[in-house]
Amino acid sequence: MNGGDGGEVTAAPPAGPPPPLEWKFSQVFGERTAGEEVQEVDIISAIEFDKTGDHLATGDRGGRVVLFERTDMKEHGGSRRDLERMDYPASRHPEFRYKTEFQSHEPEFDYLKSLEIEEKINKIRWCQTANGALFLLSTNDKTIKFWKVQEKKVKKISEMNIDPSKVVGNGSASSSTVSSSPKPCLANGAYPDRSYSCLNNDMTFPPGGIPSLRLPVVTSTETSLVARCRRVYAHAHDYHINSISNNSDGETFISADDLRINLWNLEISNQSFNIVDVKPANMEDLTEVITSAEFHPTHCNMLAYSSSKGSIRLIDLRQSALCDSHSKLFEEQEAPGSRSFFTEIIASISDIKFAKDGRYILSRDYMTLKLWDINMDSGPVATFQVHEYLRPKLCDLYENDSIFDKFECCLSGDGLRVATGSYSNLFRVFGCATGSTEAATLEASKNPMRRQVQTPSRPSRSLSSSITRVVRRGAESPGVDANGNSFDFTTKLLHLAWHPVENSVACAAANSLYMYYA
Amino acid sequence: MAMIDEPLYPIAVLIDELKNEDIQLRLNSIRRLSTIARALGEERTRKELIPFLSENNDDDDEVLLAMAEELGVFVPYVGGVEHANVLLPPLEGLCSVEETCVRDKAVESLCRIGSQMREADLLEFFIPLVKRLAAGEWFTARVSSCGLFHIAYPSASETLRNELRTIYSQLCQDDMPMVRRAAATNLGKFAATVEPAHLKTDIMSMFEDLTQDDQDSVRLLAVEDCAALGKHLEPQDCVAHILPVIVNFSQDKSWRVRYMVANQLYELCEAVGPEATRTDLVPAYVRLLRDNEAEVRIAAAGKVTKFCRILSPELAVQHVLPCVKELSSDSSQHVRSALASVIMGMAPVLGKDATIEQLLPIFLSLLKDEFPDVRLNIISKLDQVNQVIGIDLLSQSLLPAIVELAEDRHWRVRLAIIEYIPLLASQLGVGFFDDKLGALCMQWLKDKVFSIRDAAATNVKRLAEEFGPEWAMQHIIPQVLDMINDPHYLYRMTILHAISLLAPVMGSEVTCSKLLPVIVETAKDRVPNIKFNVAKVLQSLVPIVDQPVVEKTIRPCLVELSEDPDVDVRYFANQGLQAIEQVMMSS
Repeated sequence: MNGGDGGEVTAAPPAGPPPPLEWKFSQVFGERTAGEEVQEVDIISAIEFDKTGDHLATGDRGGRVVLFERTDMKEHGGSRRDLERMDYPASRHPEFRYKTEFQSHEPEFDYLKSLEIEEKINKIRWCQTANGALFLLSTNDKTIKFWKVQEKKVKKISEMNIDPSKVVGNGSASSSTVSSSPKPCLANGAYPDRSYSCLNNDMTFPPGGIPSLRLPVVTSTETSLVARCRRVYAHAHDYHINSISNNSDGETFISADDLRINLWNLEISNQSFNIVDVKPANMEDLTEVITSAEFHPTHCNMLAYSSSKGSIRLIDLRQSALCDSHSKLFEEQEAPGSRSFFTEIIASISDIKFAKDGRYILSRDYMTLKLWDINMDSGPVATFQVHEYLRPKLCDLYENDSIFDKFECCLSGDGLRVATGSYSNLFRVFGCATGSTEAATLEASKNPMRRQVQTPSRPSRSLSSSITRVVRRGAESPGVDANGNSFDFTTKLLHLAWHPVENSVACAAANSLYMYYA
Repeated sequence: MAMIDEPLYPIAVLIDELKNEDIQLRLNSIRRLSTIARALGEERTRKELIPFLSENNDDDDEVLLAMAEELGVFVPYVGGVEHANVLLPPLEGLCSVEETCVRDKAVESLCRIGSQMREADLLEFFIPLVKRLAAGEWFTARVSSCGLFHIAYPSASETLRNELRTIYSQLCQDDMPMVRRAAATNLGKFAATVEPAHLKTDIMSMFEDLTQDDQDSVRLLAVEDCAALGKHLEPQDCVAHILPVIVNFSQDKSWRVRYMVANQLYELCEAVGPEATRTDLVPAYVRLLRDNEAEVRIAAAGKVTKFCRILSPELAVQHVLPCVKELSSDSSQHVRSALASVIMGMAPVLGKDATIEQLLPIFLSLLKDEFPDVRLNIISKLDQVNQVIGIDLLSQSLLPAIVELAEDRHWRVRLAIIEYIPLLASQLGVGFFDDKLGALCMQWLKDKVFSIRDAAATNVKRLAEEFGPEWAMQHIIPQVLDMINDPHYLYRMTILHAISLLAPVMGSEVTCSKLLPVIVETAKDRVPNIKFNVAKVLQSLVPIVDQPVVEKTIRPCLVELSEDPDVDVRYFANQGLQAIEQVMMSS
């Protein structure tokens, strides 16, 4: 039923699918000029919007985290709620600007295992905002860090009891609490032992106090953003961390590596609980590893994890302390006769995401995107072919290791569309609403529609009627490959994120961050 | 720039450093805030220092934490209780910072100040503050507000009280789970101040909301409220409203909730009274003891003694004991271990006959457990059962268990059993000890692991203390001294260490006649490490033996060692000689 010409025509639902989106270029950060070489450390390795969509964070291979903030809503006064009620002019779309960046991880060396630990940021997750301070978790292969990014007043102290210029001679009375230069007011603290020794509590002061003493006068002139590492969650993973995910209770999160999933409390960094352990007693019996894990967006007790064998397991933390037995298993039976050398490799799931309402799970394996209903474990409710034209080339892709690339996937906030990346800096957007035929191919460049090929395919799926009849669609006609595009395996679009409330996608092409809207 | 007189210099520095950029100096200044306040006087403290601190609330968390703590005891420095309200604004700011420990401390300080404030001031300043925080834009402020209601409520008017209860009930339904958790945590404290009429209606409906929360973390905290609320309710209301909730919780889908119930159940028994305990809580507890989740069984097993103390012995034998039997062969070693650590305490509750008949077989099976922690936990509480039935019935099974633990391949297990040997010796008596355990104690002195040898040396000393020098003369000293000729120098060192520990216990005479000759002989050892340890031991013996012995035996030996080719030996020998000089001088 590939290609859309074998699909059964089902009765169109009364409302009809939403019309396909027309994607437009919005912004690019870190655009490469022609011929400019990409530095390895600048390659983006993680993208994440926060819950409101007002902030965007990217992580790179150099261990840096860059924050962007939304600008198009702040021009209006009033609360966000008022803004949401207003009618937007059609041209308004999310726009972001660079906010700040900080070095989250540094390269390390594990002396016990003689292993280098890369500084590359594997995942970023936003935590609950409080008091205008932003909080996020970032992780590399081994260590998770909890960051707080906050505006701080740069303080200038204009009046003091003791004239520092007389004591030190370098005359710098101003100091800021954020800079890290050595104390300029050295003389004040130069002889603490001597000065405090006579300051015991028996010291008597006149009842009215001493009028000549005054408090330092602080004049705040400007603010600056400061990122502080609040906690470090280390030494809990023997293998490489592939996922972190926050719980809806706001106090716990999980971290998953190849064989284990650990549960942490955000406030406690020296203790975590192992909740899933798939390590066999004998490592030679190892057949399956954990590739991704995520908490349910609203149910605090549910989490899903995917495996290299192409299955997704849903576990219930209420059932037992160690959740080695899943409460639901989602996997697709392979069609008989289709088995090949690559079957197992391309079945490996590289990413899973819950839809906002928690009813659906989106998974990405090498060739497809699959949408699962957590109430239906017999098979996916929809399958989208991402780059079917590569199927004949699997052998080449295996030889140059591209077949092990880990593509991420994302869902729109309304759950009506899904997106994922491919090679040649292409990414694809599919409509997953009932009856939708939307399947767009876009290129991460200033002209996203350049390579787009719309494949009209008929409505193929209806949740109300034959739910088990799953139709594959979106596969491009073979002409696409034949039209002169040579597919470039080195430019792959692995990371992308959908804005939580708007139709806007941020995606990473090497060191550049492209943003599109519709 | 003001000119500062010389005596004021330190206080001026302290004030300036409130804004220093070294966090240690700022912290230091904040910790001396009371000194600064006294130097400024009460009026300027109120008008300048406190507003200054209010503006200063974007400092590092460590500084804010110290500030929150200092302000809690600041009432005298602002001019006493009538001015206490000036302290509220800076603390209000600290109540909404992101760091939990700062907020908690600010709430604690606010409570402390609020409980001293005059009623009129509470009405004018404190209650509006609570309302502001409860309506705060960020969840942090709302979380803090939950901990202040019990201070605000008693002095509020009737209408204001209605309002406060309404606000609290909104907090119990807040969007943020953090706020609901704070509301659940503080519900018991708030309930204690609410009039009984409203307690039964308003507070109970809030409690019901919390018990049905979607978030497990909220329901967990609601479990703790059960006992707190139960104490404030009439027994019949408690049975009507709290009991069904507890019983429901004990069958909650989430094992973490059941775990909390298992931990708290014995406290709830008091609240509901003996009748309801018998009909409802005992069955609930029995279910928890048989829970599917090992963690729940661990918690329940750990409370078995406490729970049985509340029950009558008949109920305990009839309902709890069968479960205990099952748990003693539980599949989880941690459950058995938790059981083993408390089960000995059941002996006094059940009395002699029931213990012999029912508990003894369980003790014996746990003593044979394959998991060393289980056996150790039984042995560590041996004194409790000894008081009830005497040790004789157990001693037969005890010995193989001890021997096995003593030879366990994990040195930590061996270490644990050595530490219980003096306890065992006192419970078992000299006769049993001589026959069975004496050899073991000597064997540990030659263990492969240093920590074990070290513990073994301490052990022989404690045995000598327990059974007296005469017994030690017969059963310890000869065997120990025998080992000084061991070919391995590390073992010889252990013996030296043991001798130095034994000497004070054995007294001067035995030391001179038995121990000292051996040490002096060892001074001719070929290993320098032994020799300088001899020097150290000799030094430690100086205060124990008489002066002529020091002159006649110890000093010549040290003098000889002080001419040793090895530098370390010479060093310690000279230390010893100096120590002798000092003793001579002082006597």
